[in-house]
Amino acid sequence: MIRSEILREIAPVIRDQLVVCNIGLPSQELHMIDDQPTNFYMLGTMGLSSSIGLGLALAQDKTVISIDGDGSVLTNLGTLPTIANNVADNYILLIIDNGSYGSTGDQPTYAGKKTSLAAVASACGCDNVIEVQDRDLPPVLQKAIDDRKMTVIVCKCDSGNIKLPVITKDPVVIRDRFMNAVAS
Amino acid sequence: MDINKKIVDDFVANDVSFITTVPCKQLAGVIDEVEAREGIYHIPSNKEDEGMGLCAGAFMGGKRPAIIMQNTAIGVTINTLATLIQYYRMPLPMLISYRGELREPVACQVEMAVHTKALLAQMNIPTYHFHWQRDVEEFDNILKYTFMCNKPVAILTDANFWGGYGDQ
Repeated sequence: MIRSEILREIAPVIRDQLVVCNIGLPSQELHMIDDQPTNFYMLGTMGLSSSIGLGLALAQDKTVISIDGDGSVLTNLGTLPTIANNVADNYILLIIDNGSYGSTGDQPTYAGKKTSLAAVASACGCDNVIEVQDRDLPPVLQKAIDDRKMTVIVCKCDSGNIKLPVITKDPVVIRDRFMNAVAS
Repeated sequence: MDINKKIVDDFVANDVSFITTVPCKQLAGVIDEVEAREGIYHIPSNKEDEGMGLCAGAFMGGKRPAIIMQNTAIGVTINTLATLIQYYRMPLPMLISYRGELREPVACQVEMAVHTKALLAQMNIPTYHFHWQRDVEEFDNILKYTFMCNKPVAILTDANFWGGYGDQ
């Protein structure tokens, strides 16, 4: 499965949760598949989905899912010790690991070679780290939501993209809509 | 006057309850004060752009955030300031140690100091420079201004403000 197929599969699972979605194609795909006020779309700033999601989870009680990519986590690898040492049981980091920089033309990442992000997360001190194959993700993600334990999920999948439009919503509109959903 | 206590008192009075820090020798005292203070969630970050991401999330979760960092970090946060904090219009007080200014003992620090104000000006970031200890009296007003206008605001604090490094 490629990332857009995974997002279609998990859309019913994440629909009612707060979602911080990674820059580029992941946000464009989620926006097209199931746009929700509870989705925060990153239009720039590669690497910070996990950090934004952690800050949000620490600031309020609702469940937060950061959808990130292997390339973005590698860009901000310092996020994993911060997550490990600031436990928020309403926080799930979902790394969709297709071993490539999808938004820029599927150049390979080191996560698709020798580097295991699940092993890195564990070594950083994250307690609940699950590596899962794409087709098995929906029940694993649902269980992580139900368990209310901070969880890092590394979902291994194929690289590949679909053609789709960019997000034209104004960033302040995205942010305001999201904050109203957070506060509701 | 204990400037560390005054700064953190002003954070608390302005309802700032989520503070991320990347250390600097000049900032050690204020970071200790942040860590010790009930009512502030102190979350050290490994890099300043990561810290700004944490602050953006905390703001959207209903908390007033702040970041404490060194001016060298301006060099690694330009993109985050432009495409996250400014693009989504979020408030962010940035208490910054202004290394490489008067009474600085480390020559290399001057290399970023000479770019600091120019970069902040290029980014249209309101910038204040604390050189004398009495300048801290503006801090409360600066915090109010930051959360009024929903912008990142820089407070540069040089070695003279913090009391220098001894006999120099």
